[in-house]
Amino acid sequence: MIDPNLFQLVCFYAFAAVTVAAALAVISLRNSVHAALALVLTFFSAACIWMLAEAEFLAIALIVVYVGAVMVLFLFVVMMLDIDQEKLREGFVKFLPVGVVVAVVMLVEMLALIGVRVMHAQTMGPNPAGDSNTAWLGKALYTQYLLPFEVAALILTVGVIAAVALTLRHRTGVKRQQASEQVAINPRDRVRVVKMAAERPVEVRPAPAEEVQP
Amino acid sequence: MITLSHFIVLGAILFCIAVAGLFINRKNVIVLLMAIELMLLAVNINFVAFSRFGHDVAGQVFVFFILTVAAAESAIGLAIVVLLFRNRSTVNVAEIDSMKG
Repeated sequence: MIDPNLFQLVCFYAFAAVTVAAALAVISLRNSVHAALALVLTFFSAACIWMLAEAEFLAIALIVVYVGAVMVLFLFVVMMLDIDQEKLREGFVKFLPVGVVVAVVMLVEMLALIGVRVMHAQTMGPNPAGDSNTAWLGKALYTQYLLPFEVAALILTVGVIAAVALTLRHRTGVKRQQASEQVAINPRDRVRVVKMAAERPVEVRPAPAEEVQP
Repeated sequence: MITLSHFIVLGAILFCIAVAGLFINRKNVIVLLMAIELMLLAVNINFVAFSRFGHDVAGQVFVFFILTVAAAESAIGLAIVVLLFRNRSTVNVAEIDSMKG
């Protein structure tokens, strides 16, 4: 019988390895489409790690919101724009040492800070959410954090309107329907009603003399 | 047994990868946006871990709001990239210098 705690740890290391490898692929892949797909993998394995932390609602939300919406948006934009990949790769080698040095120094500093706390390692303990993580989060969201929740909805609305307003363009020389002008038109400007008798007698003219065929 | 430091170390590694990505891909706006998303993910992992280990719902509520704001941010950011590409036919950061900053 395998120890559940050990199994949890093995799962964590596996998901963490996939996350880090996919994140490295995001920043190093040549093709932007491939980088976006690697980012999808990163988000998915991060969601698995959140599952291990028993944050089920947020893990599903990460997959639905990020993999389902934001990354699809990224892929649409990357595929829509005709980007010269090679030109954008200039300076990759030039900035590689700087980037790696900065990242490694930051990582060492952070790990040193975290290492101080590792001495009294904290284990997970009982789940504060009880049975349902969603109910736990929802109760907090709809009571204590109701106003920020409404503001978040407002931010999303502003985001939608801003994105549409930014990318909308009125091209000239395109024939299109103007519904307001069509409705506002006065029928008398377009149709002329002619009063006339319903029928009128046919004038009978004398038929011209027929030519005699030989 | 998973400890808190496992999650924090993972968050730190992801954040540093994203910082390195900002440095080495400084020409392509789209990859820069992706690196920012990676940074937000690293921070979110820390929030979730602290919420779980500190027995406080506030961390997860905060992650919820970060997800919301990040979605709006990337939508507007990508709209700006599309607009930029339409006007300048490039997404190269080095060529976007009309403000002479």
